[in-house]
Amino acid sequence: MTHPRHRSALIFLASLAIFTIAVTIAAQFGLVSTSFVKTLGKTLCLCLAALAMDLIWGYAGILSLGHMAFFALGGYMVGMWLMYARTEEIVIASMSNGGLPATPEEISQGIATQIFGVVGASDLPAIWSFANSLPLQLALVVAVPGLLALIFGWLAFRSRVTGVYLSILTQAMTLALALYLFQNDSGLRGNNGLSGLQNLPGVTAGQDAVSLWFFWASAAALALTYVGLHAIVSGKFGSVIRAIRDDEARVRFLGYSVEGYKLFVFTLTAVICAFAGALYYPQAGIINPAELAPIASIYLAVWVAVGGRGRLYGAVIGAALVSLLSSWFTGGRVPSVDLGIGTINWVDWWLVLLGLTFVCVTLFSPKGIGGLFDRFAGVHAPDRKGAPLGPDDGSLQEKEAQE
Amino acid sequence: MRLTTCLLVAFCLLPLPSLAQEAARIVAENRAQIEKPSRQTIGPLIAELVGSNDPMADDILSAWADKRLVIRKSDSAMFVAVAEGDGFALIALDGTPAGTAAKAELTELKPNAGVRGLIATALVQFTLSDPDPRKRQAALTSIAQDPTAEALEPLRAAIASEEDAGLKAQKVRLERLLTLRFDPSSQARVAAIDSFGSDLGLDLRAALNPLVATTRIASSTPPEGNIARELRLGSDIPEDEAYVLLVAASLAPARLTLEDQRAALLANLKDGMVAGVPVAELNTQAARDRAYTALEASGAVPVAATDDEAKAALKAAKFYEVYVEPDPAVTEAAEEALTRIGTKVGIMQTADLGLDALSLASIYFLAAIGLAITFGVMGVINMAHGEFITIGAYTGYVVQLYVPDYTLSILVALPLAFAITFAAGVALERLVIRHLYKRPLETLLATFGISIALQQILKNVFGTQARPLTSPAWLDGALVINDVVSISYIRIAIFVLALIFLAFFLYLMKRTRLGLEVRAVTQNPAMAASMGIDPDRINMLTFGLGSGIAGIAGVAIGLFAKVTSELGTDYIVQSFMTVVVGGVGSIWGTLSGAVMIGSFQKVIEFFNPSNTLAAQTYMILFIILFIQFRPRGIIALRGRAAGD
Repeated sequence: MTHPRHRSALIFLASLAIFTIAVTIAAQFGLVSTSFVKTLGKTLCLCLAALAMDLIWGYAGILSLGHMAFFALGGYMVGMWLMYARTEEIVIASMSNGGLPATPEEISQGIATQIFGVVGASDLPAIWSFANSLPLQLALVVAVPGLLALIFGWLAFRSRVTGVYLSILTQAMTLALALYLFQNDSGLRGNNGLSGLQNLPGVTAGQDAVSLWFFWASAAALALTYVGLHAIVSGKFGSVIRAIRDDEARVRFLGYSVEGYKLFVFTLTAVICAFAGALYYPQAGIINPAELAPIASIYLAVWVAVGGRGRLYGAVIGAALVSLLSSWFTGGRVPSVDLGIGTINWVDWWLVLLGLTFVCVTLFSPKGIGGLFDRFAGVHAPDRKGAPLGPDDGSLQEKEAQE
Repeated sequence: MRLTTCLLVAFCLLPLPSLAQEAARIVAENRAQIEKPSRQTIGPLIAELVGSNDPMADDILSAWADKRLVIRKSDSAMFVAVAEGDGFALIALDGTPAGTAAKAELTELKPNAGVRGLIATALVQFTLSDPDPRKRQAALTSIAQDPTAEALEPLRAAIASEEDAGLKAQKVRLERLLTLRFDPSSQARVAAIDSFGSDLGLDLRAALNPLVATTRIASSTPPEGNIARELRLGSDIPEDEAYVLLVAASLAPARLTLEDQRAALLANLKDGMVAGVPVAELNTQAARDRAYTALEASGAVPVAATDDEAKAALKAAKFYEVYVEPDPAVTEAAEEALTRIGTKVGIMQTADLGLDALSLASIYFLAAIGLAITFGVMGVINMAHGEFITIGAYTGYVVQLYVPDYTLSILVALPLAFAITFAAGVALERLVIRHLYKRPLETLLATFGISIALQQILKNVFGTQARPLTSPAWLDGALVINDVVSISYIRIAIFVLALIFLAFFLYLMKRTRLGLEVRAVTQNPAMAASMGIDPDRINMLTFGLGSGIAGIAGVAIGLFAKVTSELGTDYIVQSFMTVVVGGVGSIWGTLSGAVMIGSFQKVIEFFNPSNTLAAQTYMILFIILFIQFRPRGIIALRGRAAGD
């Protein structure tokens, strides 16, 4: 008999397995299109990022509004290798027609011209030094966002920036990064971004097969991360970070290194986001600096809030539901509603609906969709006479807590 | 003086035939020369025509230059032709109309380019002394745009007769500008340069810069001419460029480029081998070099300079920068003048930068002052603040649709924007924020929901393209202090508006009952309530006030920014930064935050003018670092006022 604490994780893993198998079978029989498989794969990556967001916000009480920056950075890192290797293939193929076999210098010059001609440069910037090697570039997927999070987190936490100030600071971080990447001389092709990422170098299989590979990889990553995070939050570490969320000062007086814990969680979640991004962008095919806009990170918080923060499955459900609904509504396939005085075209009005729904969730149903599960399972909120669990800004409200 | 007299006489005597026939007489006497003019000999004739004081001389000369001076084939008489319908209207040389003629009946005189140039120069004198001041102005402008040595003499001659003081000043200045470039006497040019002192005019710099233009040459002996300096290889001139100069001076053979090498190898490709090396092996540079050397040995390709030879050639030669202008005295004077001007321009640019920074600071302050109330005083994070700014700007746009007078529409829009955003703010406070006091993170997220909904509604209503919000005509243009320092009136207006808001805020908070109650409620709501203050009402009013000010700021910002539904989003992060950097809860803090961020951004932009994105990036990085050292902002509240 498993401990009841682990029941939700088992149910989640079983559902994910069934879902993956169902999609695979449906794709084999041609019941779902390749693009829909890609959408589902991307959604799984977003769920992965939402898991990270839930760990930092739901469990550690740090409302970071910059985690999509790490997501996009992960995408950029893997995108650099994809674009480089793909361009290399093309350049070698085209040069072999020239009569003489190409020298290594000519090949790298050709790649640089091909990639950077669009921003009027013809040299590979130094940050592309490792782009020719997949293992090194994959190491950068972890290293670059991880290091950025480590430095930023260290600076922020050591000067005790908390609450909304931290939120605004993280938002400023992602804005700064986005503005930096928008420049043509940032070395990452400015606002053109990296494109053609869906073409895997050296792979001759069609997009229908590739999309399924990525779908499986995303599902596996989600499952593994879920298990890992579940282990973390149900252990002693989880208790400490929840305590930090509710009453940071008390934890500090108990002798824990609050800053150390926060920094660890901040960096870990950044790395998870980067990993999710590295899986997401090859499926999306293109990445540009608009992906780092502050609004993207705020959506991440919206997903977690709608799903119910402080529970891992809530984040996954929120992310999946809102992002799938969003692509459904903005895809123009939802019938317009005729109100007599005018029609509601959902492509235009979906964001209004989302915004207002979100306000209502915040006001009336802090548990989000997770609250439904609690009701189903007979879990009640503690009776604290309206007081939240602790004095800190990020602490759970009475209605959010579980007895 | 003599010319004035002559012209006056000419005008008085205009109807008299004797003078009116003077030009015709000159033309008749020199008929042969006019029909076959030569640049070397035609000068005196043109001078005579110009000196004839005949009003027709001008017309004849310009017609001649335009190839409109014609000879009628039937009687060989000469006329000035003016295109009319298919043919020409003819005017006799004494000014009387002489009927019309078809093109076939006429022979046009076609003077060559040299002669036309002489005529044009002569004509300048007419336009520079034209009785119509607008024509004189146009002539001056055209000379200033395209200065030539030929214009100098007519310009000098036209100064004395000028009566309009403004035009006279222009003529004098232009004369000196032309003198410093074209006068044959070196002393006159130096004197003209020195006479300007450290004048800031762009025209002066445009005239001086060509004087100090240089070319780079390679030479084994010191070259003739006005040498600016000798270039040191490596530090002053890169070796690649230096080698190109050597090749240009025929001191060294051209280096082999990779493309040429490739082409040469391809040209000597035989049976899959190049000079005995199989093609498949030519995939490294070393292999290609070997193959090329083999080709060189067999004489199939020209010998290219090797690296050692190139180095030796570079060492043997010397590189010089030589002034295009041959006169050393002039270049020296010009360099000195440019240095003088450069220093002054530097000072003025600093002043201009200061003005720019101040104006940017007042924009940030204006955008942030509403937040200083809602966030700074009440502690409520309102992410929809940016949308209130946008609503204010759109209010201005809608008002202008109905009130066409721009001044009046702005006067209507300001209070209307305040009223609308005040109402929106009160509604937001009553419906949402009231339930979330003490839960700042939830407030942030809920107001963010409002923000995306509002932004999308605005987009649906007004569309995605930018809407115009036009400022009144009296705000157009700029206060120009000199060619470097200027500030647009609209920025001055925004600066003044920011000052008014600052005064209003201080008055409201420190001198009114409402301000007192606001401060009481924010410091201790329970105690304030027990003193008979209604905290709900105060919170509602304060929030409405902060939002209303955002609306007014929106009208002001809309006057110079593009009014789109994303207008507010561009300012929201900066506004929060301004408040946080300045110190939450202090209006002086917000002010100093705005000044700091504004100046910092302008200074970065100054060092990297092409890239405002970089400026914003570095500014945000700077703010993140700044908060490390002063986490509570520039002006940190202490004690009870700090609220914790």
